[in-house]
Amino acid sequence: MQLAKVIGTCVCEQKYPTLVGVRLLVIQPHDHSGQPDGPPVIAADPLQAGTGDTVEWVTGREAAMGLPNPFAPVDVGIVAIVDDYWGDERYLG
Amino acid sequence: MILCRVIGNAISTVKHPVFEGHAVMVVQPVGTDGKPRGRSFLSVDSVQAGPGDLVLCAREGNTARQILAKPPMAEVPHHSVILAIVDEVELRGESALTGPGE
Repeated sequence: MQLAKVIGTCVCEQKYPTLVGVRLLVIQPHDHSGQPDGPPVIAADPLQAGTGDTVEWVTGREAAMGLPNPFAPVDVGIVAIVDDYWGDERYLG
Repeated sequence: MILCRVIGNAISTVKHPVFEGHAVMVVQPVGTDGKPRGRSFLSVDSVQAGPGDLVLCAREGNTARQILAKPPMAEVPHHSVILAIVDEVELRGESALTGPGE
Protein backbone atom coordinates (compact mmCIF):
# COMPACT_ATOMS: atom_id res chain seq x y z
CA MET A 1 0.00 0.00 0.00
CA GLN A 2 1.31 3.42 -0.94
CA LEU A 3 0.40 7.08 -0.89
CA ALA A 4 -0.65 8.95 -4.05
CA LYS A 5 -2.24 12.23 -5.06
CA VAL A 6 -5.27 12.23 -7.35
CA ILE A 7 -4.33 14.33 -10.37
CA GLY A 8 -7.21 13.60 -12.74
CA THR A 9 -9.94 11.32 -13.97
CA CYS A 10 -10.07 8.79 -16.78
CA VAL A 11 -13.28 8.38 -18.78
CA CYS A 12 -13.81 5.33 -20.99
CA GLU A 13 -16.84 4.67 -23.14
CA GLN A 14 -16.02 1.09 -24.02
CA LYS A 15 -15.28 -1.04 -21.00
CA TYR A 16 -15.19 -4.70 -20.05
CA PRO A 17 -18.71 -5.36 -18.63
CA THR A 18 -17.62 -5.77 -14.98
CA LEU A 19 -15.80 -2.40 -15.16
CA VAL A 20 -19.01 -0.50 -15.95
CA GLY A 21 -19.76 1.89 -13.07
CA VAL A 22 -16.21 1.75 -11.72
CA ARG A 23 -14.70 5.23 -11.41
CA LEU A 24 -11.17 5.51 -12.79
CA LEU A 25 -8.77 8.16 -11.47
CA VAL A 26 -5.28 9.21 -12.50
CA ILE A 27 -3.02 9.10 -9.44
CA GLN A 28 0.60 10.12 -8.94
CA PRO A 29 2.32 7.81 -6.42
CA HIS A 30 4.56 9.52 -3.85
CA ASP A 31 6.42 8.68 -0.66
CA HIS A 32 6.09 10.17 2.86
CA SER A 33 8.06 13.27 1.85
CA GLY A 34 5.83 13.99 -1.16
CA GLN A 35 8.56 12.90 -3.59
CA PRO A 36 6.97 11.35 -6.74
CA ASP A 37 7.56 7.60 -6.98
CA GLY A 38 7.27 6.42 -10.58
CA PRO A 39 4.86 7.45 -13.34
CA PRO A 40 1.14 8.24 -12.81
CA VAL A 41 -1.20 5.23 -12.89
CA ILE A 42 -4.94 4.72 -13.41
CA ALA A 43 -6.72 3.41 -10.30
CA ALA A 44 -10.24 2.11 -9.65
CA ASP A 45 -11.98 4.28 -7.04
CA PRO A 46 -14.90 2.93 -4.95
CA LEU A 47 -14.64 5.82 -2.41
CA GLN A 48 -15.50 8.90 -4.52
CA ALA A 49 -12.09 10.54 -4.13
CA GLY A 50 -11.58 13.83 -5.95
CA THR A 51 -8.74 15.63 -7.71
CA GLY A 52 -6.21 16.91 -5.16
CA ASP A 53 -7.04 14.25 -2.54
CA THR A 54 -4.28 12.13 -1.07
CA VAL A 55 -5.21 8.44 -1.18
CA GLU A 56 -3.94 5.02 -0.16
CA TRP A 57 -3.80 2.51 -3.00
CA VAL A 58 -2.93 -1.13 -3.54
CA THR A 59 -1.80 -3.16 -6.54
CA GLY A 60 -2.38 -6.72 -7.62
CA ARG A 61 -5.25 -9.07 -6.82
CA GLU A 62 -6.16 -7.08 -3.70
CA ALA A 63 -6.96 -3.98 -5.78
CA ALA A 64 -10.29 -5.47 -6.90
CA MET A 65 -11.21 -6.61 -3.38
CA GLY A 66 -12.35 -3.12 -2.40
CA LEU A 67 -14.80 -2.89 -5.30
CA PRO A 68 -18.47 -3.91 -5.14
CA ASN A 69 -17.58 -6.68 -7.60
CA PRO A 70 -14.31 -8.23 -6.34
CA PHE A 71 -13.87 -10.08 -9.65
CA ALA A 72 -13.55 -6.92 -11.77
CA PRO A 73 -10.37 -6.95 -13.88
CA VAL A 74 -8.53 -4.26 -11.92
CA ASP A 75 -4.88 -4.21 -10.76
CA VAL A 76 -4.69 -0.79 -9.06
CA GLY A 77 -7.32 0.28 -6.52
CA ILE A 78 -7.89 3.10 -4.03
CA VAL A 79 -8.65 1.83 -0.51
CA ALA A 80 -8.71 5.00 1.65
CA ILE A 81 -8.78 8.78 1.39
CA VAL A 82 -6.01 10.17 3.59
CA ASP A 83 -6.82 13.09 5.91
CA ASP A 84 -3.27 13.53 7.12
CA TYR A 85 0.06 11.69 7.03
CA TRP A 86 3.57 12.23 8.27
CA GLY A 87 6.95 10.53 8.16
CA ASP A 88 10.11 11.66 9.92
CA GLU A 89 13.45 10.36 8.64
CA ARG A 90 15.08 11.16 12.00
CA TYR A 91 13.62 7.84 13.23
CA LEU A 92 16.05 6.08 10.89
CA GLY A 93 18.91 7.20 13.17
CA MET B 1 9.11 -10.57 5.33
CA ILE B 2 11.24 -7.46 5.29
CA LEU B 3 12.87 -5.34 7.98
CA CYS B 4 11.43 -1.83 8.23
CA ARG B 5 11.60 1.16 10.54
CA VAL B 6 8.30 2.85 11.43
CA ILE B 7 8.75 6.55 10.61
CA GLY B 8 5.19 7.92 10.68
CA ASN B 9 1.54 7.20 10.07
CA ALA B 10 -1.42 8.05 7.82
CA ILE B 11 -4.89 8.92 9.10
CA SER B 12 -8.06 8.34 7.05
CA THR B 13 -11.76 8.80 7.74
CA VAL B 14 -13.10 7.48 4.43
CA LYS B 15 -11.73 3.95 4.00
CA HIS B 16 -12.66 0.36 3.27
CA PRO B 17 -14.45 -1.01 6.39
CA VAL B 18 -11.82 -3.70 6.92
CA PHE B 19 -9.31 -1.00 7.95
CA GLU B 20 -11.46 0.24 10.84
CA GLY B 21 -9.66 -0.16 14.17
CA HIS B 22 -6.25 -0.59 12.56
CA ALA B 23 -3.49 2.04 12.40
CA VAL B 24 -1.77 2.58 9.05
CA MET B 25 1.93 3.30 9.52
CA VAL B 26 4.52 4.79 7.15
CA VAL B 27 7.42 2.31 7.10
CA GLN B 28 10.85 2.60 5.52
CA PRO B 29 12.57 -0.64 4.43
CA VAL B 30 16.05 -0.89 5.99
CA GLY B 31 19.03 -3.19 5.49
CA THR B 32 20.76 -5.12 8.31
CA ASP B 33 22.99 -2.05 8.71
CA GLY B 34 19.91 0.07 9.53
CA LYS B 35 20.32 2.17 6.36
CA PRO B 36 17.22 2.92 4.24
CA ARG B 37 16.67 0.65 1.21
CA GLY B 38 14.20 1.90 -1.39
CA ARG B 39 11.04 3.95 -0.95
CA SER B 40 8.77 4.10 2.10
CA PHE B 41 5.32 2.49 1.91
CA LEU B 42 2.21 2.05 4.06
CA SER B 43 1.58 -0.94 6.26
CA VAL B 44 -1.35 -1.88 8.51
CA ASP B 45 -0.31 -2.37 12.13
CA SER B 46 -1.28 -5.57 13.96
CA VAL B 47 1.15 -5.39 16.92
CA GLN B 48 0.82 -1.85 18.34
CA ALA B 49 4.07 -0.65 16.74
CA GLY B 50 5.03 3.02 17.11
CA PRO B 51 7.32 5.51 15.37
CA GLY B 52 10.98 4.50 15.75
CA ASP B 53 10.26 0.78 16.13
CA LEU B 54 12.10 -1.75 13.98
CA VAL B 55 9.44 -4.09 12.58
CA LEU B 56 8.86 -7.07 10.32
CA CYS B 57 6.51 -6.36 7.42
CA ALA B 58 4.89 -8.80 5.04
CA ARG B 59 4.00 -7.60 1.54
CA GLU B 60 1.74 -10.40 0.38
CA GLY B 61 -2.02 -10.68 0.06
CA ASN B 62 -2.74 -13.95 1.84
CA THR B 63 -0.84 -12.84 4.96
CA ALA B 64 -2.91 -9.67 5.13
CA ARG B 65 -6.11 -11.64 4.59
CA GLN B 66 -5.35 -14.00 7.49
CA ILE B 67 -4.72 -11.11 9.86
CA LEU B 68 -7.27 -8.52 8.75
CA ALA B 69 -10.24 -10.49 7.40
CA LYS B 70 -13.33 -9.92 9.53
CA PRO B 71 -15.88 -12.66 8.76
CA PRO B 72 -18.16 -12.57 6.85
CA MET B 73 -16.09 -9.93 5.01
CA ALA B 74 -13.54 -12.17 3.29
CA GLU B 75 -12.17 -9.60 0.86
CA VAL B 76 -9.24 -7.55 2.14
CA PRO B 77 -8.03 -4.91 -0.33
CA HIS B 78 -4.59 -4.77 1.20
CA HIS B 79 -1.32 -6.65 1.14
CA SER B 80 1.10 -5.16 3.64
CA VAL B 81 0.96 -5.83 7.38
CA ILE B 82 3.32 -5.20 10.31
CA LEU B 83 3.72 -8.66 11.86
CA ALA B 84 6.27 -8.20 14.65
CA ILE B 85 8.36 -5.68 16.56
CA VAL B 86 12.04 -6.62 16.26
CA ASP B 87 14.19 -6.51 19.42
CA GLU B 88 17.51 -7.43 17.86
CA VAL B 89 19.02 -8.75 14.62
CA GLU B 90 22.15 -10.86 15.06
CA LEU B 91 24.56 -11.56 12.20
CA ARG B 92 27.42 -14.07 12.59
CA GLY B 93 27.10 -14.04 16.37
CA GLU B 94 27.23 -10.26 16.62
CA SER B 95 24.41 -7.84 17.22
CA ALA B 96 23.85 -6.04 13.92
CA LEU B 97 20.74 -4.02 14.64
CA THR B 98 18.65 -3.29 17.72
CA GLY B 99 15.01 -2.33 17.95
CA PRO B 100 14.79 1.21 19.31
CA GLY B 101 16.44 3.88 17.18
CA GLU B 102 19.68 5.38 18.47
